[in-house]
Order: sequence, then structure tokens, then C-alpha cells
Amino acid sequence: MFRPIADLAASGALSFTFDGRPMTARAGDTVAAALLVNGITACRETPVSDTPRAPYCLMGVCFDCLVVIDGIGNRQGCLVPLAEGMRIETQHGRRHLTEASE
Amino acid sequence: MSGNGRNADVIVIGGGIHGCSTAMHCALRGLSVILIEKDHAGRHASGVNAGGVRQLARHVAEIPLSNASMALWHNIAELVDDDCGFTSDGQVLVAEDEADLEGCRARVADLTLRGFHHEELIDAKELRAIVPAVSETCPGGVISRRDGAAIPLRATQAFKRKAESLGATIREGVRVTKVEKDGSNWRVVTDAGAFLAPRIVNAAGAWADRIAADLGEPVPLGVIAPMLMITAPLPAFIKPVVILRGRKLSFKQFDNGTVLIGGGHLGTPLRDENVTLLDWRKLAISAGTVWDLFPIMRGAPVVRAWAGIEARMPDDLPVFGKSAMHEGVYHQFGFSAHGFQLGPGAGAVMAEIIAAGRSNVPIDGLDIARFTKTH
Amino acid sequence: MTPIASIEQLDESYDLLVVGAGPAGLSAAARAAELGLSILLADENPAPGGQIYRAVTTTPVKNRAILGEDYWRGADIVARFERSKAVYAPRCTVWSIGPDETAPGAFELGLSLDGKARIIGAKQVILATGAQERPFPIPGWTLPGVMTAGAAQIALKSAGAIPSGRTVIAGCGPLLYLLAGQLAAAGCQIAAVLDTTPSANRSKALGAIPDFLRSPYLAKGLKLMLTARRKLRFVSGVTSLTATGEGKLASVQFEQNGRTGTLACDTLLLHQGVIPSVNFSNAAGCAHDFDTEQHAWVPRVDAWFGSTVPGIAIAGDGAGIGGAESAALRGEIAAFGAASRLGKLNEAERDRQATPVRAELDKKLRGRRFLDLLYKPAPQFLAPPRDETIVCRCEEVTAGQIRDAAKRLGVTGPNQMKAFLRCGMGPCQGRLCGPTVVELIAETRGTTPAETGYYRLRPPIKPVTLAELAALPQTEASVKAVIR
Repeated sequence: MFRPIADLAASGALSFTFDGRPMTARAGDTVAAALLVNGITACRETPVSDTPRAPYCLMGVCFDCLVVIDGIGNRQGCLVPLAEGMRIETQHGRRHLTEASE
Repeated sequence: MSGNGRNADVIVIGGGIHGCSTAMHCALRGLSVILIEKDHAGRHASGVNAGGVRQLARHVAEIPLSNASMALWHNIAELVDDDCGFTSDGQVLVAEDEADLEGCRARVADLTLRGFHHEELIDAKELRAIVPAVSETCPGGVISRRDGAAIPLRATQAFKRKAESLGATIREGVRVTKVEKDGSNWRVVTDAGAFLAPRIVNAAGAWADRIAADLGEPVPLGVIAPMLMITAPLPAFIKPVVILRGRKLSFKQFDNGTVLIGGGHLGTPLRDENVTLLDWRKLAISAGTVWDLFPIMRGAPVVRAWAGIEARMPDDLPVFGKSAMHEGVYHQFGFSAHGFQLGPGAGAVMAEIIAAGRSNVPIDGLDIARFTKTH
Repeated sequence: MTPIASIEQLDESYDLLVVGAGPAGLSAAARAAELGLSILLADENPAPGGQIYRAVTTTPVKNRAILGEDYWRGADIVARFERSKAVYAPRCTVWSIGPDETAPGAFELGLSLDGKARIIGAKQVILATGAQERPFPIPGWTLPGVMTAGAAQIALKSAGAIPSGRTVIAGCGPLLYLLAGQLAAAGCQIAAVLDTTPSANRSKALGAIPDFLRSPYLAKGLKLMLTARRKLRFVSGVTSLTATGEGKLASVQFEQNGRTGTLACDTLLLHQGVIPSVNFSNAAGCAHDFDTEQHAWVPRVDAWFGSTVPGIAIAGDGAGIGGAESAALRGEIAAFGAASRLGKLNEAERDRQATPVRAELDKKLRGRRFLDLLYKPAPQFLAPPRDETIVCRCEEVTAGQIRDAAKRLGVTGPNQMKAFLRCGMGPCQGRLCGPTVVELIAETRGTTPAETGYYRLRPPIKPVTLAELAALPQTEASVKAVIR
């Protein structure tokens, strides 16, 4: 969905996983930006209808970039700087919420 | 029905669930009604409480009224043409240790002697079956199976709308400034002119002491602001409403996964400003209790917190029934943070008292005279 | 400036707590520190700058021409802050504010950093929480691939990233043209700019032209507009927008003069101006009024940007949209006010020092009215006419449901609407639906937004986890108060 522009300042690369898939992004990126430049279309499903969503505002307002980071859910990906080895996962929606009752 | 909109058979002061229910039941009985509310129906305690429809752990003096109300809750859609979001998955009182459980045993035994059977003792095994997520150290508790929860503002406004459809006049945004005798009528003076009726109901919630004082029946009403908070959706892990015997906590997960945490920690009410202030250190204590009992909740984000403005009487029981001084004056307030469940039934009983002079539902011990008479 | 990395490093209390590290917050903190106050500036983001100067000290974008000279001016504001004695808490969320019951007139604020929370005291508070983009509810705006124009700008500034496929930019307002220019300069493939500025606005804005002609916006605005128009496909007079796609955006449909068009695209960037971010000031109990020219709720402030809650000031776009340069000046003035209330500056000295700042501010704000009137969004983009349009993104409540509740259930205001439909009750706490819900209720009931009112908001201003709350350090007094 996003790509880096041609002439960027040099920066180290960080490794992380999204739903188990290994990825890399620039040191200094937020989690949401890292997902966007890795071509991730959706980062969460809504708790109401299980519809996929992606970051919308990138400024901490919309809460559409919610993801699970290192096991902790409901984190705003646009406000968390990416760190080496981060385990990022899709924030699952309704199915996940009701299945756990079984 | 109310002629020029200024005269009626009954004027109800206060548009909480009690005022709206009484107005509706009066209208059902063919009485003309004017309801006067200073904000909008359900703006305060009735609209922002935890929505618990609970018979569990009630004071015995309230149980008959509560029974009458429960029957109405279970048919609420027929009564007000709206299901009010009512669901019935029971309420469970959790004993955190053996001493708690002993208290539960004594309570259930006492109720049985009085002929009430809605509360049942449950052991650790059944508790775990009903509330699997509860901490393993809890030895049992009490369940009231017909209990449940509803959506407070929706319920309150459903009673309002039904009353209106039956011909009641609802005046929102109108503030009562004075109540006085006018011949055989009561004159209710407001910032939108005066209203006249032979009978008035004081259902003004946290402001009811002012009406009572105007009538020469001052009451020791305290104003409180019980705090609540709610989380983002979590995986379903609990069906019934849970309350604790020892610590202050009530706990309810909705179908959409959000969890409501209450239990009576108090913020600061500023009733003249229609505002409450939250005390986060006390909410932190509620959070700590949840942390202890439901480990699954630890990472849950709290998305909202709030408090309503409520009336609390020194004995935690409502003031309900006829005035001790005046013909045609009825009181219905001071429900002390547990009046929501009573709303539908209390309105029915009040309308019966107004129309027929008495009701078969016993309301002994709730009389205003307990505060105003000097023996 | 002293940056802090963990919440334990914070003092128990400060003279002044500034929330937000945009131009207003940075200038307020720097000025107040220069006047001798102890300052904590808390900000959610990892680096200073706010949104307009986002990542100005850390951006990987090397070619200065891409972001434009106005952007780099932010570096001076950050540099001044860095030279000051203020304490700076990045990645720190302020989630509650209330009176400190042990110190009349002072405040207690709940702060979180890295999953740990504390309650910090402050004698004065300046909210510099800025603006957010006005919600732009069209059918399909929740699809992955649809973002705000501001989001694309943030990705460019902070990560040096641009949309990789075909991109459509739609809406109105100066920021839209600025973004189009920046993205084009950065090499983004822009399929079209769909301009929704209502043509009727031009005549309404005429009266404000004399001021505008003497304003700093003029040269800048013309340049932006011309650059964008020269290089890009520009469709003006767009009256309807719909985003479609299965699971992600595939195309955008638009109407222009009754004709419809469709553009296949991978990214749609929406923007129809910015409005003050009122969640914090609303939760703090400050009074707000509906500003009909800015068409937004704006906190009521005095000459020193003091709100109706004594001790809380609101600086920058959070107190009404004025733009980045005026925000910095408003931060300065708010700082003079706070210093004076704390007795660090007598009134005469305060007034004397503030005079040149005020003169500068007047200049910067000149012409703003013209922009407000010219770029006021069309009614159909404020109150979506199509029933299936999602209004509350969190709870997925549609325009049709809101109209129905307002009509059939007689719901008169947004707070009651919450109880019926759950709009505004999700994690964004009404930020993305509040203005639209108000608009729809007002339209259905034939009232105005001012009469309809706004959500009554409460802390937590941002969600706080149960774990953070449970671990809040307790004071002895508060434990006693509960046991009693």
C-alpha cells in the first residue's frame, strides 16, 4: 500500500513478524507505518461485524490501527515505535470474541 | 387529556425511571398526568447506572416491591413496546472466602424463613460452572436466576414514550422552583409557569429533598455519585452479573464483549452544576479487585468512566408512599443506588396507591414518616 | 530540555503541565520555562512537532523541497524548546484531568507511558492538543485503502513513505492542495484530485476578501493551488463520493454536474478541513460554543486562552483553527497567562511582553475567515444523505440508524443517541462520529448543531488498561476514603 520514497536518510533495519510472517522496516517507523510499507492491507477486524480495517488517520484519533503487540491487544499501532523482534498480530473481531465462550 | 396542559389529575416531578414509570402506570389507569423534568428523561441516575436488574442481596423491606417489578421486567416489551435491552442471565454474589460463604448461608436461611426463595446458595463447583473465569480460591456464593440487566437510558425513555402515547404530557427542560397548596390543588411552580393538580408525586431523585423540604417534610437525603467504567470488547467469558460480598464490585459482560465494572466507589457529585467528578484512585481500587478475581481482564482497555447523581438515604432504603403530612402528596425517591430494578414495579404500585388509595404489595418500612416523625 | 524515558522519572508535581508537542505546546512550554516555571510537556508521539511539524527533527526525508519551507520552520520551534529547562515526556498519554482535592485550584492528571500509569499534580495546565481532520463520512470510507490526507502526510514526514499505487485525493481545504503538491513532488502517482468545494461558498467568502488580500495565506495558498492544478488532473465541483471494493478499496465513484465518473485506485485520501480536537477540553469540563464560520465546536477562551475552568488554558488549533504559525504565538500568550496566574509575572509585565506577540498573531490570523468560508464543507459531506453510510466507525452505526432514532424515538441529542445506538461508545470515544451525529440529529429535527449539543465526554480521555489502573500508586488518604 505504501512505499519508501527514493531519497531517504540511511537508517538501520528492524526485523519483526506480522501474524508470524517475518518482515523488516526502517528503525524510526511506527508499527502502523511498518505494516503499510510491508503491503499489509488490513491490521484488524471490527468487533461488530468482523470487517477488515486498516490505519485511517495515523495520528492517534481513529483507533483503526489497533493491533496485538507482543501479546498485548488493542494497541494503537500509529503511536508505538517499531522495535527489533516485535511480534505483531491482527486484532481479531467478533468471531474471536464469541468463540472464547465455548 | 390534560386540558390546557397546565392541569391534570396527577403531576409527577422527576423524569427518572420512577417518575416515568409512575406517569405511565397512572396514564394506564386513565388518569391525566403531567411529568416535569428539569433536564431530559433519564439524564441522571436512571440513565447512567449499571443497568442491573437485581433482586439478589436486597433488603427484605424492598423484596415485595422488587418481586412486583421483576414480573414486569420479564414482560417489559409488552408493557412499554421496547425490550429495553433486558437480558436475564442471573446475578451471582461471589463469596471470596469461607467467612463470606457463611454470611451467604445465613442470608439464604433467613430469606427462606420469610418465605422468599429467589436466592439460592451455590457451592464452589456450581460457581465455577456458572462463572468459569472466577478465581479458584472462591468457595461459592448465592445466585438469583431471574435477575439480569437492561440498558438504563433506553428503558427510562421507553417508559416516557409509552406514557406519552397514553396521553401523558411530558415537559422536559422545565425546572420546578416551588410547590404550594392552592385550594384543593397543588400548585407546582416552574421556570415555565405553574401547573395544577390535586395529586403530586415527588420522584425528583437526588433533588427530591428540596421538594420535600418545600412541603415541610425535610429528609436527610445524601447526594452520591457512584462511579462506573467500561472496557473495550473482550472475548466472552462471563454470562451472569457478578457482585462480591466483601469488596465493592459489580461486574457485567455485555453481548458485544464490553465489560462494565461498578460496585459503588464514589466520585464527587456537584448537583447544582449537573456534574460529577471521578476519583481515579478509587477506580484504581476497583481495577485492582478485578485484577485479583479475573486474570483474563488484566490487559483490557478502559474506554469510558462516568458517575451518575443519585440520592441515598441514611438507611439505604427508599422513601416510598404517601406523605406523612399532606393529602395528595406521594413520595418516590431515595433509592440509594439500587432503584433501577424497582422502577417498573414501583410505578405500578404508586399508581395503584394514587388511584385506589392502597396497594396489596407491602411497602412497610419505606414510609417518609421514619425520617419526619419524632416519637 | 530533559527528556524522560520512564514514568518513574517524573516529579510528583509541576507548576505547569502542557499536553501536546505541536507548535502551540512547544512554544508554551519553552516560554513558560524561560519565565521560571517548572514544566512537564507530555506528548503521545515519539518525537516533537505535533502534526504539522511531525517528525521535523527525525524525518528521513532529505530533499527539503518535497515538504516545503513552511515545514522546516518547525525546526526552530523545536530547537527553542530543546534549549529550555522543560521536562519532555514523549510517548506519554495524558488520560485524565481533575481538581486536586488537597490543593485548591490545582489539578491531578493521569499519565501513562510504556504501560505504566501515574497521577501527577500541576498548578496550571495548557492543553495544546491541536486539531483533527473533520470526519468525512462517505459510503465505503471504512475500507482499507481509504485514509485521511493527514495520514498520508504523516507517513511521508515520519516514515518517508507514500502510497504505492494509484492515488485519488478528494475533498477541500488548503491542506488538501498542500498534500497534493507534496505527494506529487515525492513521486506519488496521483490519478486525480476531486475537489468538493461548493461553488456557492465563493460568494459567501467574498466579503472576507479584503482581509485575505493582506494575509500571509494569499501567496502561499495561490502557489499551492497553482502547483497542484498545473501538474495534476483536477476535477472541481464534485458533489458526491463513494468508495467501493471487496475487503479493500478498488475504486471511487464521484458526481460532477450530475454526471458520474469512476476512478480505479488503490488509495483514496480524504480531507475536508480540520476542527479543534475537543475530547480533552470537553472531558476537563471546559465550556464550548459552536462556531458557525468554522462550523465546529470550539472551547470558550479569554484573552490569555484561559478556558472556563480556571487554571486550564487551551492554546493552538485546539482553541479554534488558526494554523501552525498562529498556534505557536497562541502558545506564547497562554504561557504568559499561566506565569502571571502563578505570580511569576506581574500583570503589567505580562501585558507588555505579550503585546508584540499579539500584534504578530493578528497578522497571522488575517484572512483566516476567508478560508473558513470558502472551504466550508458541503452539507452532504457533513450529514451523509445515503442511509447506508457508516457514521460511527467503531460501532458501525449508519446515518440511516441515526436519522431513524432521531425521528422515531425522538432522540434529541448525541448523549441519548449513545444509549440507543452505541455511537460514540467505541475506543475512539466519539472523535470520528461526534460532529456527524450532531449534524444528522440537527438535520432530522430541524434544529442547529448549537442547539443539539455535543457528546458529554469523561476521562479516560484515551483508553487506559485495567493493569495500568490497578497498579496506580495509592496514597494513604485515598485508601482511607474508600474504606470509610
